[in-house]
Amino acid sequence: MANKSEWPLWEVFIRSKAGLDHKHAGSLHAADAEMAIENARDVYTRRMEGVSIWVVESKNIHASDPDESDSLYDPANDKIYRHPTFYNLPDEVKYM
Amino acid sequence: MSSNPNSKPLITNSIKKLDYTLRLADGALILGHRLGEWCGHGPVLEQDIALTNTALDHLGRARSLYQYAAEQFNLLPAEEKKNVFTSVTLQNTVSTGANIDEDDLAYLRDGWDFRNELLLEQPNIDWAYTVARSFFYDTFNYFFFTQLQRSKDESFSAIAEKSLKEVTYHLRWSSEWVVRLGDGTEESHSRMQQAVNELWMYTGELFSMNDTDADMVSEGAGADLAAIKPLWMERVRAVLDEATINVPGDAWMQQGGREGRHSEHLGYILAELQFMQRAYPGMEW
Repeated sequence: MANKSEWPLWEVFIRSKAGLDHKHAGSLHAADAEMAIENARDVYTRRMEGVSIWVVESKNIHASDPDESDSLYDPANDKIYRHPTFYNLPDEVKYM
Repeated sequence: MSSNPNSKPLITNSIKKLDYTLRLADGALILGHRLGEWCGHGPVLEQDIALTNTALDHLGRARSLYQYAAEQFNLLPAEEKKNVFTSVTLQNTVSTGANIDEDDLAYLRDGWDFRNELLLEQPNIDWAYTVARSFFYDTFNYFFFTQLQRSKDESFSAIAEKSLKEVTYHLRWSSEWVVRLGDGTEESHSRMQQAVNELWMYTGELFSMNDTDADMVSEGAGADLAAIKPLWMERVRAVLDEATINVPGDAWMQQGGREGRHSEHLGYILAELQFMQRAYPGMEW
């Protein structure tokens, strides 16, 4: 089909079972959201992978810049006090 | 099977029920084969996968029905078995006294022993014809299996219940494409209109009640096609309207498929479908 390249790209998120989060499954081409959901159903759930589908046009996803990874993520490397396990809990606190 | 000594099959085993079962099985096999022809040729990868998924739904339904048909056939008295089919290769198997199975029914019958409606053997031609053919049949199937779920024949009702879920999606897919093409570009519109016009004459056969239908309905085992027709018409009209496609007027309707009188297309389908089993009988891979 000549206009194949004109169909926008969509990102597909699948929930594998009730209660779990939707996870990114992959991407596909479709003319609109309805076709994207149907295509996702046929491409990504044919082996019982899912019970719910989200699609979002890829152009609407904004990503962080890989070149900024050093400044964005490395500073978290030595902040162990941000993890709850860093703290000693008094015995009186039973459930936390 | 129930162990209740009072229970017995609700519907008597009969040639007519076998005929009915085979009609449904053949329709599923032949349309499944047609849709399968798109494998590797779809306009885009996603639709290629969609269509082969659907083809395999039809094939799966065909298998269930052929297994049921073989079961019925094997229970017939020997004398009656001789009169059901006239295909030589199948007759040879039957005359040995051996039981037949789903493969024998799919691979060893000639065209005149196939009961599928003419619509289903029509060639793919282009995307619009493929979509229109599926749309007409999917709409029929949707209402047909909705009714057949209430069949007193437990095998029919079980197959109908499973099929309805698949068919509901098939109908969604084909309806959407009818609208997409019909209400699309000038070219897609004219192709969709042409496909609808050309295939219209094969839609009447879906609702023609023959002796088999009458018997099945009176036994509470089959679906009343006369009741389905207005539902079909209403749905088809609604989708075609949305697609800005004109609904063809009353026209001469082709029929004969259910009695084994087919268009030339079926022969070519069977040549491809049956070649391996005919050339190398009983081969497995």
